[in-house]
Amino acid sequence: MRALVNQRFVTLAILAVVIAVLPLAFPSSYYFRVASLVWVSALAAIGLNILMGQAGQVSLGHAAFFGIGAYAVAIGPTHLGIPPWAALLFGALLSGVLAYLVGRPILRLKGHYLAIATLGLGVLVALVITTESRWTGGPDGMPVERLTLFGWRVSGSYTWYWVTGGLLLIGTWIALNLDETPTGRAFRALHDSEVAAQVVGVDVARFKLQAFVIAAIYASLAGSALAFMNGFINPDQAGFLHSVELVTIVVLGGLGSVVGSIVGAAVLVTLPQALTVFQEYEHLLLGLIIIVAMIFMRNGIVPSLSNLLLRRARS
Amino acid sequence: MAEFLQFLISGLTVGAVYALVALGFTLIYNASGVVNFAQGEFVMLGGMVTVFASAAGLPLPLAALVAIAAAVAIGLMLHRFAIEPARGASAVTLIIITIGASILLRGVAAIVFDKQFHKLPAFTGDTPVDVLGAAVQPQSFWVLGGTAVVVLGLYVFLEHTLLGKAVLATAANRLAARLVGINTTTIMALAFGGSAAIGAIAGILVTPITLTSYDVGTLLALKGFAAAMLGGMGNPVGAVVGGLLLGLLEAFGAGYLSSTYKDAFAFLVILIVLFAAPQGLFGRRVVERV
Repeated sequence: MRALVNQRFVTLAILAVVIAVLPLAFPSSYYFRVASLVWVSALAAIGLNILMGQAGQVSLGHAAFFGIGAYAVAIGPTHLGIPPWAALLFGALLSGVLAYLVGRPILRLKGHYLAIATLGLGVLVALVITTESRWTGGPDGMPVERLTLFGWRVSGSYTWYWVTGGLLLIGTWIALNLDETPTGRAFRALHDSEVAAQVVGVDVARFKLQAFVIAAIYASLAGSALAFMNGFINPDQAGFLHSVELVTIVVLGGLGSVVGSIVGAAVLVTLPQALTVFQEYEHLLLGLIIIVAMIFMRNGIVPSLSNLLLRRARS
Repeated sequence: MAEFLQFLISGLTVGAVYALVALGFTLIYNASGVVNFAQGEFVMLGGMVTVFASAAGLPLPLAALVAIAAAVAIGLMLHRFAIEPARGASAVTLIIITIGASILLRGVAAIVFDKQFHKLPAFTGDTPVDVLGAAVQPQSFWVLGGTAVVVLGLYVFLEHTLLGKAVLATAANRLAARLVGINTTTIMALAFGGSAAIGAIAGILVTPITLTSYDVGTLLALKGFAAAMLGGMGNPVGAVVGGLLLGLLEAFGAGYLSSTYKDAFAFLVILIVLFAAPQGLFGRRVVERV
């Protein structure tokens, strides 16, 4: 048990050091921006990983909650006069409630049926955002008022690097802690075998629903953070391709691995930026890298590499 | 009445394309358990290769054959170089691999062809035919007829040939199929090739109506997947019915209620169906063995 506590602490400490030291290597504010994007995507992915990796449920519509968080902080202050920070909380609440209401019937479904139900939810939310242009600005998107906390106006890629980095640390800390609570253990039991979990008395439906709500709130907060950071938001953030990107991050990094989600986000966010050098070959290479990575590291980057290291250490 | 008929026929036409995509999903899913998200890219390849082959001077039927052959080749390569090496990986890993393949194929198409929209001439002219007051494009009949031929052909193949029965046996139980001497790897390759051919045919038939470009695959894969799930994943009849139903829902929803929310009706109905019948319309109730 003590080893576990230490391991968690070490993971968090390493992450904190990485976030703190990374800027020393950044030559321009562009790098701060890309890194902030990684932190935001990682935050959403960590939440989704609780649902996918620990509770074993696939969501193909997770960008819907990301979109709700983002549009809450855009619409709240602009149309309803709610202060930005309250809009952020309201978005998270809305996402959580929606996940709860929709999750109750959806989570009875298994495997690919759950995937299509969440996919449907994602399409519906994206469609509403694209269509109700009076509120959302339609396909062109809408500007987002800057976040002000106690008179401090949060803006600039440098500031946002630290804010998103801090958010990621908190999100990671909660996810790591969850792992060792009864809830976390119930999630893992679900992932291994639903029937076995049920037999030993885990309330399967309730825990799946909990994981779904937690994942939705993570995504919503990440969405709000991105909207504040960019000062602008468009419907692509709530779209199907973004949902697919989030799932890809989770699986590429490693199902069930918190660190994996961060690594997965780092790979999938920075890769397209790096590949722009190859111009029209960008998508070709991105697809190729995903295929090759999944074939040779089928459990995801982090679990595969740590297995390899463990085996090396033992022999 | 004329209006109703108009919506009915346009719904069936779009639905036929969804049905073909869903059929492709089903074929691969049954043989290998893989949900192939690159299915829409086969449709794109069918349309794009035909456009460029006919622009290069080939007559349309020959260009269509070239397109089907190209799609089949790519389907087989997808199986050989991406799915086969990852044999035994979890379902979700395989899904991500097909998503990667879909991004890759889109990237290749954007380089080999271009990023423009392309059109094929209708096979038998553009003069609308009057059906009880509804004006119907002749190409609609090609789509519906072509779909019927593909479905019938697949039915005859599966039910009345030895190879087809081997496919069904593999779908029912892969291990048992291997035990009675069926080479399941070959069957899986066959499923990928056949599924690619079906997708390409759908692309060729519908391009004169809807145009095509390098990125039409994503939306089609999404709709085809939805159709397959609506009918009950793994059931070919369900895939066809699900596809047609999805097309009709969209057409009538757009016609009578709101055209901006046409995709919403389809997915709303899917959600309701899944809540009421979690296995889809024609799905078997699967009892899990522990």
